[in-house]
Amino acid sequence: MLFSVVSVVVLLFSALLALIFNRSALKTSAVGASGAVIASLTGLIPVVKTLIVPARETLSLPCSLPVGSFSFVLDPLAAFFLVPVFILTAAAALYGVDYLKQFDGKKPLGLAWAMFNVLSASMVVVILSADAVPFLIGWEAMAAASFALVIFEHEKSQVRKAGIIYLVAGGAGALFLLAMFALFGIGSDSLAFSSFTRPAGGLASVAFLCAIMGFGLKAGFVPLHIWLPEAHPAAPSHVSAVMSGVMIKMGIYGLMRALHFLTPWQPWWGWLLITIGVVSGLLGVIFALAQHDLKRLLAYSSIENIGIITLGLGIGVLGVVKAIYPLAALGFAGALLHVVNHALFKGLLFMGAGAVLHAAGTAELEALGGLSKKMPRTAVYFLVGAAAIAGLPPLNGFVSEFFICFGAFTALRAPIQTATGAVLTIAVMAAIGTLASACFAKAFGAVFLGKSRSLKCAAVHEAGPWMGFAMGVLAAACVFIGFASPLLVAPLSAAIACGFGPRLGLEFSAAAGIPLLYISAGALTLAAVLALITVFRKFLLRGRKPAAGPTWDCGYAAPSARMQYGASSFVQPLTDFFQPMLRTQRHYSGLKGFFPAGADFHTEANSVFYNHLYAPAANLIKRLAFRYSWLQHGRLQLYILYIVVALIALLVCKL
Amino acid sequence: MKVVAQYLMVLTLSPLLLGVINRVKAFFGGRKGIPLFQLYRDLFKLLHKTPVYSRSTTWLFRAGPIVGLGAVLCALAIVPFSGRHSFLAFDGDLILMVYLLGLARFATVLAALDTGSSFEDMGASREVQFAVFAEPAFFLALAALARGTGQLSLSAMFAGLTPAVWQSAASVLALVTAALFIVFLAENSRVPVDDPNTHLELTMIHEVMALDHSGPDLAFILYGAALKLWALGALISCAVLPRHSASWFVDSGRFILMMFVLAAAVGVLESIIARLRFLKVPYLLFTAFSFSVLALMFQAAR
Amino acid sequence: MHTTTAELIIVAIILLDLSLAVSGSLAACIRLAAAQGVIAAILPLLAGSGAPESRAIIFSSTVILLKGVIFPWLLTRARVKANARKDVEPFIGYPASIILCLGAFAAASWLGTRLPLPETTRVAWIVPASLATIFTGFLLITTRAKAITQVLGYLVIENGIYVFGLALFVEQPLMVELAILLDIFVAVFVMGITIFHISREFDHIDTDELSQLSDWHPQRDGEAE
Repeated sequence: MLFSVVSVVVLLFSALLALIFNRSALKTSAVGASGAVIASLTGLIPVVKTLIVPARETLSLPCSLPVGSFSFVLDPLAAFFLVPVFILTAAAALYGVDYLKQFDGKKPLGLAWAMFNVLSASMVVVILSADAVPFLIGWEAMAAASFALVIFEHEKSQVRKAGIIYLVAGGAGALFLLAMFALFGIGSDSLAFSSFTRPAGGLASVAFLCAIMGFGLKAGFVPLHIWLPEAHPAAPSHVSAVMSGVMIKMGIYGLMRALHFLTPWQPWWGWLLITIGVVSGLLGVIFALAQHDLKRLLAYSSIENIGIITLGLGIGVLGVVKAIYPLAALGFAGALLHVVNHALFKGLLFMGAGAVLHAAGTAELEALGGLSKKMPRTAVYFLVGAAAIAGLPPLNGFVSEFFICFGAFTALRAPIQTATGAVLTIAVMAAIGTLASACFAKAFGAVFLGKSRSLKCAAVHEAGPWMGFAMGVLAAACVFIGFASPLLVAPLSAAIACGFGPRLGLEFSAAAGIPLLYISAGALTLAAVLALITVFRKFLLRGRKPAAGPTWDCGYAAPSARMQYGASSFVQPLTDFFQPMLRTQRHYSGLKGFFPAGADFHTEANSVFYNHLYAPAANLIKRLAFRYSWLQHGRLQLYILYIVVALIALLVCKL
Repeated sequence: MKVVAQYLMVLTLSPLLLGVINRVKAFFGGRKGIPLFQLYRDLFKLLHKTPVYSRSTTWLFRAGPIVGLGAVLCALAIVPFSGRHSFLAFDGDLILMVYLLGLARFATVLAALDTGSSFEDMGASREVQFAVFAEPAFFLALAALARGTGQLSLSAMFAGLTPAVWQSAASVLALVTAALFIVFLAENSRVPVDDPNTHLELTMIHEVMALDHSGPDLAFILYGAALKLWALGALISCAVLPRHSASWFVDSGRFILMMFVLAAAVGVLESIIARLRFLKVPYLLFTAFSFSVLALMFQAAR
Repeated sequence: MHTTTAELIIVAIILLDLSLAVSGSLAACIRLAAAQGVIAAILPLLAGSGAPESRAIIFSSTVILLKGVIFPWLLTRARVKANARKDVEPFIGYPASIILCLGAFAAASWLGTRLPLPETTRVAWIVPASLATIFTGFLLITTRAKAITQVLGYLVIENGIYVFGLALFVEQPLMVELAILLDIFVAVFVMGITIFHISREFDHIDTDELSQLSDWHPQRDGEAE
């Protein structure tokens, strides 16, 4: 626990130093990044210890608040969420050293570093809090710091729009959380987690819905997700990595903690979570398919992965309610592990996208291509991330998706209701898996394979050494988890036991122990087979030099790079099929005259919920508000009168 | 020992399946047809050729066939043989098997995209599209079997399929088999989804992705395709051939015979029906999906 | 053995529902509805344990004759006369139809467990299958343009009611069934004649265009005011 405190202090202190050294890009980067790395390494010590030897350490700071206290606790569940936070903070900080160089002299780098470190510190505080007050302080600090980072390039109007949407979403979420904590604290004079009374009956359901709204806004549940595809691409790439990788997981963490205070659970909560998971997972990946900006695609894919996590959580809750414990244990395990896995590969992918953006000056898929020749290292790392996020063995994404799928399979023999949930989970996981692999085949293919589609790719250079190192670490972690999954049984079991009861921890070890050994064996076999075939191929080709030629052009003699299949063409059969959900807007200028000079065509697929849900709602509210606009006339005296009246009314109520 | 023998048999016999299909089609077409063992000769010849690589390709293009073959080889280690255990059989192995096939697909698609040819990209695009519809159908068909037999590993599931189960749940098993058969045709790029004999790049799926591969790489792809045909066909054969005897030799013989009957059935099917329009292929896979769902519903109502 | 065969028949009826819901050709739809009727007519023969009674045989053969021969003949004749040789022109696509049908079957299975039915049926899913068939009939009626498909829809609904009747009254399905059958027979007969006449008057039998014939017409009413 001491080291955790040290790490938060180091983060905040280095943030301060970074601000002080704002003048010099070199110094501020050195201070900011080294602070983040040192803090992460220090912070990981107690975290790893807690995961290996499950324990529960508490800490209360000796300062009091009107309704709360600064009390913190480090238990296996918190530790499990802290692992990705620290790993990604360190990796993103190292990456940022190189990445932020392009803004040197144009932007206040000190502020960027300070906000980055505050963001990390606030996430640590959120996870460690054992009281609503520090939790909310951390939560708001997290929102504020990330907002400052989202509007880093505020001269772009797109970025300003993203910032405002993000701000509104964050504020709305916090309101729901206030309501939720108020419900938890009914009948208790403190807001410490340990003194929470468990709201019963209808109140429990209200609190649960508040949690879904509040935490769901942060996590990006569909349809609460609209800020996510705006804000994540707007931020600098290493910040996008942290935001998408770990910050949105704070919503999942909060939901898991909230569920803890809401026992006994209702069956419909499980169904609601499953529905959210299915909708977010499917719509997230379908929208990701239709994107042609790499960072926007990754942002939508984060929604998909949040969907997978929520689906795991949903079958977990359902399993507990229906007393089908292997289902519950594997569902929770899948959700927890996917949190870590998604942090690793999404962080990696955002960093890869940042490297591309940095090198080519654009993340527009239709303008890129053939980068793997000029950025071979980045291409390998991005490929690892892409394969991992598509859930392919032998990488880490497969392990967590296996848990959820396998959990659903164990529940097939259950009574009809639960079995229906299981079947739904299996079908949706299969669909999400293949759609994600289509989506990332498209992303990787359009950026790194084929020939470059525009001049922008001509002067491309490989990512800087720190960027490469950061991506390498994350890629290695993805591979490691894929191969060494049996090592995860103990920490996962501890985290599940801590979060959802010791019985489920045991159930998980029993259900997943042997399959994981086999999966690990399968991964090793695959590696060995691949090595064997490679050696065999080398042997066949010994002493011979493969000839080089043009790509087979099917008889057409002069193909140009512009004639390649574009990213949109690649997924067109799928996007056409899902058009009713996507509602892609096509803008086409049309060809004019006999010798048309040029035409313009572009598509946009990201505003369904904005146009069809939020815009009408906002209009309605605006109309209602205008009706009462006579209250708002700009006279200070009357405003003060309102305040006096409100105060007196409150006083009268209390009397 | 028997497990290894089974695996080796699969490795040696799977190219023969394509030979059988071709001979049956030739018979229906009134031709003599290519020799039964032609694929073996092709593979041998290709392995000794020097490949030609397009200048726009990278290491990924060379890695594609290797990963494709390796993943299918691993998937075959999970697939049961005549309802007997394979050597990578564990609870949940079916998920690993499906995802390994997914890995093979991913590698093939990326290798195709690496060439920068519109035609190969087109094939890759279709490949991923059809997988999106085929995989849920496949998973749900296996889920129906899992619910029916109460087992979670492919080997145990098919070992638990006895004539008695067929007698009591014929309708469910028939639906599952039908769904598996459609998925089998689609995943192996057979008619009516794809025509392996087509000669126009615009209309190909699997073949077009391998257009630029040559030498040992092409051999790996062809062999991988033969193995995949076996991997998915074996599930159907196991489903329609509930185990009877105690003798391993009799069972194995019967199973291999069934595989060739299946290949012959594919040959007959390809001779009598035409390839679907690409727009209609998702409908076919949707039909497989609905078969799986119906099987599950029936199984649930039992 | 009889139970398994009966279950297979039920499965076939449901698969025919699905293919009816997605079939694009009118001729195929007529054949599918006929096949469904014939297959359903075999069901009562499997009700008893031993050899079927003579009464059941007569009943079944009447139904087979009507649904397998006379109705298809009448409908095909109407189709040829009305020149409605083309497609059935559904308003919704293939995947949507399939998902609707599967959803209907799921809902029917759930409904089947809730309905207070006599515990006499040994065949599983007979009630869900009948409800799903009735739903498919409604689907045909509501989502297809041609009048002739709507007649087909009634036929499919009748098939569903027939199967439902089997489930309910294993002993005495005759009376109910015959009454309905007679109604449908008359209906098909009348519709066949009507369709023929409509098509002769208007050159087409698209019902959504026939709505112009109704008394109330929004635009004209608006003009009048």
